[in-house]
Amino acid sequence: MNAMLSAFFDSPDAMVMLTGALVGIAASLLGTFLVLRGASMLSDAISHSIVFGIIVVWMLTGQASGPVQIIGAALTGLLTVFLTELLTATRRVKADAAIGLVFPALFSIGVLLINLFARDVHIDEHTVLLGEIGFVWLDTYEIGGYLVPQAVVWMGVMALVNLAFVAVLFKELKLATFDAALARALGFAPALLSYGLLALLSGTAVAAFDSVGAILFIAFVIVPPSAAYLLTDRLSMMLVIGVAVSIVSAIAGYWLAVWFNVSIGGMMAVMTGVCFTLALAFGPRYGMLAQWARQRARLGENAARTLAVHLFNHEDDPQASEENVTAALREHLHWSPAKSRDVLARSLAEGLVTRAGERLILTDKGRQAARDVLEPWARGDRAIKA
Amino acid sequence: MFSLLADYTIQNVMIGAALLGIVSGVLGSFAVLRKQSLLGDTLSHAALPGICIGFLVAGTRSLPAILIGALLTGALAALIVLALTRSTRLKTDASLGIALSIFFALGIVLLTFIQNAGSAAQGGLESFLFGQAAAILRSDLYVMGAIALLALALVLLFWKEFKLVTFDPAYARTLGLPVLALEAALTTMIALAVVVGLQMVGVVLMAAMIIAPAVAARQWTDRLGVMVGLAALFGMASGLFGALVSATGRGLATGPLIVLAISAIVALSLLFAPGRGLIFAAIRQRENSRQLRSRRVLSTLYRLAAEHSDPAYPAEQRMLDAYHGAGTASALKRLEDRGLVTGTRHHPEPTPHWVLTPKGIAEAEAELAPGGNVQ
Repeated sequence: MNAMLSAFFDSPDAMVMLTGALVGIAASLLGTFLVLRGASMLSDAISHSIVFGIIVVWMLTGQASGPVQIIGAALTGLLTVFLTELLTATRRVKADAAIGLVFPALFSIGVLLINLFARDVHIDEHTVLLGEIGFVWLDTYEIGGYLVPQAVVWMGVMALVNLAFVAVLFKELKLATFDAALARALGFAPALLSYGLLALLSGTAVAAFDSVGAILFIAFVIVPPSAAYLLTDRLSMMLVIGVAVSIVSAIAGYWLAVWFNVSIGGMMAVMTGVCFTLALAFGPRYGMLAQWARQRARLGENAARTLAVHLFNHEDDPQASEENVTAALREHLHWSPAKSRDVLARSLAEGLVTRAGERLILTDKGRQAARDVLEPWARGDRAIKA
Repeated sequence: MFSLLADYTIQNVMIGAALLGIVSGVLGSFAVLRKQSLLGDTLSHAALPGICIGFLVAGTRSLPAILIGALLTGALAALIVLALTRSTRLKTDASLGIALSIFFALGIVLLTFIQNAGSAAQGGLESFLFGQAAAILRSDLYVMGAIALLALALVLLFWKEFKLVTFDPAYARTLGLPVLALEAALTTMIALAVVVGLQMVGVVLMAAMIIAPAVAARQWTDRLGVMVGLAALFGMASGLFGALVSATGRGLATGPLIVLAISAIVALSLLFAPGRGLIFAAIRQRENSRQLRSRRVLSTLYRLAAEHSDPAYPAEQRMLDAYHGAGTASALKRLEDRGLVTGTRHHPEPTPHWVLTPKGIAEAEAELAPGGNVQ
């Protein structure tokens, strides 16, 4: 067991994948609520402004990572959100423009401070934005005799804190996300909750910055929850699927990156995009294929109803023998032979129509279907009689 | 200072910065008014894979190839945002975030792929991430200038159409304008602006260059033409400022300096612009509430006089305070200055009293008449 654990912690492969998965888990747990609230781009703003927080905390304490950095960055994230809301409150600037004004300004101040004071330390805007997950196993803590990468420790802490936050405040978060007005009326503090969420998001961003970097972090916040949102209607399932997508992306991204010898963090983020595309294409309910199939089914159903109405209208006509034959569909409904055949086959299969030689005869069910279209108001009546 | 201006590199940087400022100011105005501020952010991040593909196709750091690549992937990202927003249950912000992060990730992957292939010119690609103004060549300026001219010519040519699509797309549609094509053109032009700025400020800070000049200009005017002109001016001024300060050699990056300059212009505009400026609005509101207070005191005096059937009824100041729930001294002083009331004594009481002057009675009657100012 001990040997297995130390082999695990000694394996750079495992540590890199673990870090990536932890980033994904921590980010997508919070991202779920951001995506549902329509505030995804706040993660973009926050992850850029933390450059400012990181350099300020470094200037004050000399620490480039660890708990002080995480708390400092959390405060920067809150400052970003606060300034954005302040700008929006003047009613001179729209919310999205406010986001786009605040984070570049804070990011710029951060970069200039780095230019002026921190030229030679390992903080540079490049690392902050892009990260270097391939080297996470270089800096380690010794914990219980094992050498555990610092990134794993801090990402693990953030993932646990976020998980605890979501688990303990699940009901409150759910209510505040879907019905903020009701949450307020019931005496919850949705604003406080949302600041808590964003503070944790900022903390997670700084814990993640030197592994995957600020911009790729955005992918882990937004993309897995969005993929999950296309697969389920349940909040709890959305959280679980988001986490699963993150883990799969971290593992698959790592191996592909090694295979092609390219950026690991970048490949992990690309894999979240691949998962999203799969969900978009094959989702059971909101997926493109499912929507396409549903649309086709609806068209077929409508055509069958049209046929039933046509037959019903001419049922007692003297010309019924001319109208209610297969050949008439082409002239009177302007259907192609292929379509006529398809619709007829479908109607026969559903028992709306029977065939007597060339003649098409409505069944009782077919007559009912026609009446439902022609006299929709009668439907309620029948239901009562039945 | 003048020796700086004579420096060849600095001249290049200044011309580039001015071009960027003008183009992003003009095109950003439309983006901000159409509530598409963050589209610029997404487009600029999505330009990265295009930069790499342009490099891979051309086999060298050829600016035209790189910019065409950037334009193509930027436009593709914009299309994806549009498609995701229209055909899925995702909101605009999530669609923007997805396109931004996935395209950028793809760009990073391609960038490392090119670096590992060990090409000599790969160093030049990184400069597009954060912008490296000093690396701009004179030949790059011709490309940037051509794009800027193209974008400005389009805006001039389709001015009326763009204006209508920006403010009232529904009406534009009823007039039979090709709204979809015009919107696509505007989005493409934002991509053009992004492409011009890539070398100056990099993909990360381009968002600010699209948004900030337009927001600043918006505070000073309600007319689109003036706004676009001012935005170009602000953009150009901050570009020149950033270029000059970074050239003084303390190792400060150009992009952040430009962004800070334009952010300062935004802050000043929000505070001091006449009309929409916050300080003027606050002064106006204070003035309004003061006037309202004076009018209320005047009408109270008038009613007291009317109730006592005595036009010269002396009202005690502390009684007026009690009526209005707070000090009325300043309001009475203002009324006295305008000659509407006058102070008096009401023996044997020692406290100050006030009576309406004939002018004050006339004013109060005018205000209390139906259709007057005070209800």
